[in-house]
Formats: sequence, structure tokens, C-alpha cells
Amino acid sequence: MNTEANRPSGREPVIEFRHVSYQLNGRQELINDVSFAVQRGETLVLLGRSGAGKTTALKLINRLLEPTEGDVLVEGRSTIAWDPIALRRHIGYVIQEIGLFPHFTVERNIALVPRLEGWVEDRIAPRVKELLEMVGLDAGKFARRYPHELSGGQRQRVGVARALAADPPILLMDEPFGALDPLTRGEVQREFQALERRLGKTVVIVTHHVGESLVLGTRIGLVEAGKLAGIYSPKEFLESTEPVTAAYVAYLRMHEGIEGDE
Amino acid sequence: MSLLEYFIRHQREILQATVEHVWLVGVTMVLSVAIGVPLGVLVTRRPWLSKPILGGANIAETIPSLALFGFLLPVPWLGGRADRLAIAALTLYALLPIIRNTSAGIAGVDAAVREAARGMGMTEGQILFQVELPLSLSTVLAGVRVATVLTIGIATIAAAVGAGGLGEFIFRGLAMVNNQLILAGAIPAALLALGADFLLSVLERRLRPAR
Repeated sequence: MNTEANRPSGREPVIEFRHVSYQLNGRQELINDVSFAVQRGETLVLLGRSGAGKTTALKLINRLLEPTEGDVLVEGRSTIAWDPIALRRHIGYVIQEIGLFPHFTVERNIALVPRLEGWVEDRIAPRVKELLEMVGLDAGKFARRYPHELSGGQRQRVGVARALAADPPILLMDEPFGALDPLTRGEVQREFQALERRLGKTVVIVTHHVGESLVLGTRIGLVEAGKLAGIYSPKEFLESTEPVTAAYVAYLRMHEGIEGDE
Repeated sequence: MSLLEYFIRHQREILQATVEHVWLVGVTMVLSVAIGVPLGVLVTRRPWLSKPILGGANIAETIPSLALFGFLLPVPWLGGRADRLAIAALTLYALLPIIRNTSAGIAGVDAAVREAARGMGMTEGQILFQVELPLSLSTVLAGVRVATVLTIGIATIAAAVGAGGLGEFIFRGLAMVNNQLILAGAIPAALLALGADFLLSVLERRLRPAR
């Protein structure tokens, strides 16, 4: 338990994995004895190859999956002890495909969770406007559009706005900027970074982009074949001499420029 | 006497038979949607039920219609009245396309949309009624359209058990070797089928979700 993943802290962790394993159909091990903790206001990036188990780890947090062994704690309570609906409404969730409802306007997509939570309409309209502006979209122009009338970057922003709608303290993002072209991606990343600082949410982001993890993460968890290979600050990650991190850094310097050094 | 004159002279009876026919088909469609859509949803929720339910509906579909009317004759409550019997048999026929299209429509909903819905904390009922059914509406309606056209045709056979409808003219015409009589049943039935097909396809296009 005294690994770097469980760095002692005076504060109560918001998300904690305690020796979590997850097997598919009781056979294939997708997550293998993973332990780590995420403190309030932190942004943990889970970095790793496709199929390493990053998405599985994320889904264990909002109980789209349940651990085969060990415990996933959210605000000190095991996800199994939470009512799954209450847990999920407490956690914003953004996936790569975004999953906007094609039959809902942008306004209805964003207002989904507030409406499920029974907010009065007088409170919803200003909230939608505020969120659209927060993610850099003109409310007057976009609120009545349908998802198919938006560009990829606009959809991504609406997806983030939807996840933030009921002001959840925790935000989970699975390859949130994956489908965007590099320029839009950089733009949305920078905006998100600013937003993140302002809102002070506890965030877990899954990505396979090294540059992205260095830009967005306060800490980076390296996931390798269902195991957590280590947790680093961006600085530690860049300076680490371990073969895997060094390989990522070398790749970064070659292909993604020095964008990560900012 | 031309066909047109024949139609004009017998317009009262033809209209009455058409109303009977529409009634038989209408009740059948209401019943088969009320039964078929929930069964289609059930198939997507409990995949192991897919074989028995779709298999059963498939078998009903393969029984020759005249024989199906005969089979249902001894059934206590149904056999007692011709219209009940006819509606029960027609409903069995109409079920398959509706069940199949409902389950296909729901299965066709983008997995990402469903995952987002679950991840945001929608309950199973909310996902079904706010996401899956609205998004599969046009597919379900395509099934209803097929079933309606099918039922309008098969309902002419209901006359064989005395349930009335446009089949009356056809059976009488066959017995009397009178082509005009046959056409007095066949033409309105064909027009009904074409009309229903057209109206429902317009509705289906309107409800198709934008991509």
C-alpha cells in the first residue's frame, strides 16, 4: 500500500482504487490489482496503449462496470454501496464518440441531467446559456441546432457542456479530444485546461496521447497491460529514465514536437 | 354493364364492406402493436427469449391463413364470434414484422448514445422511452407498415369464417364465377393497401431521425 500511487495526504481522496481487478466473463483479466487515489481538484491522466485497460478503469468509477476484486471508492464509499443512478449523476462523463442524442437539440442534450434531476425550467435556460458560453459556443446560435448540424469540435464542446450541466464534482473523460484534427484538438485542449483550473473539478482523463496528458494532467498514471506501471507528475514523467516513460517521451519529442513542455 | 356502373349501383354495399374491412384491420393493428412492440423490446433485454419469441411469430407466419382460421375455431372465447376469431388470427400474422422491426430498431441505436445515457445516470425506463424508442420509431413504423399491408390482404380471407369485409365479394364472386363481384372486393382492398402504404411511408420518413 505504500507505493507512489498511495501517496499519503491529509485530504480525503475523492476517487480511490484499492487492489482492484476486473475480469471479463471471469476469465480475461482487464485490470489487475490496481491501486491509486485521486485528490480533490486533481486531474489524473491515465495514459497507455489501446487495450491497456484505461477505459475499463474509467468505467469502474461510474459503475458502468463493477470490480471483480477489490474496491473502487468514490468520496469514501464503495461504488457498490452507491445507488448507481445517484453515483452517475454525481459524475460527469464524456466519451470519445460523445454520444449526443441525435433526436435532441443542443439545448435538450445539455439540459438532460438537470431535467432528470427535476430542476425548474427557470433555472435550466440560464444554465444552458452559461454552459454554452463556457465552452465557447454562442447560445443564440447553437441552442436550437441538432447534433448533426455541428462540426466535430462543436460536438465535443457540447459533450463537455452536457457533462458539466448539473455541476458534478467529478468529471470522467474517455479520449475526449480523440476524434478532432490536431489544430482543433489543441484549441479545445487549451480551453479545457483553462476551464478545469477555474472549476476545480476532480478529473480523470483517459488518453493515448502523451502530449495531451502532459498538458492536461496534474499527475499521469501509466497503464500497461491492466496494471498501473506508475504515477508521475508531468515533470517527473519527462525526466523519468524508466524504459516505458522514456519511450513515450522519445516518441513525444519526435512526433508531437515540444508541445508537452509548456 | 360496365364495372364502373356496377360499382356505382352497389356503392352502398361496397362502402359497408370497406368499413368492416378497415375495422378488422384497425383493431388488428392496435392489438398487434400493443403486443408486438413490448415483445420486441423484451427480445433486446433478454436475448435468450429471442429464439422462442421470433420463432413462434415465424411459425404463425408460415401457417396458411385459411388453415389458421380453422385452427382457432375450436378455441372457446375466440371461436364464438367470427370477428373475434378473424382479429385473433390476423394479429398473429401481423406480429412478426412488428416484433422484428422493434428489436432491430433498438439494436440499431448507436452504442455510444446508449453508453452516454447510462453514464449520465438515466434509468432503464428513461433510456427506453426517451432514447431507444424515439430513435427506433421510424424502423418500428416500417414494421407496422409491412404488417398493415399484409393484414389488409389476408383480411379478405376472414370472410371465409363469416367475419365480413371485402372478402365477402371475392368469395361470392368465386362461387358465382362473377368477375365483377370479385373485383368489387379486390379493387377496394388493393386501394386500401396502397393508401395505407403511402400514408405510413410518409409518416415513417417524417419520423426518421436526422443523421
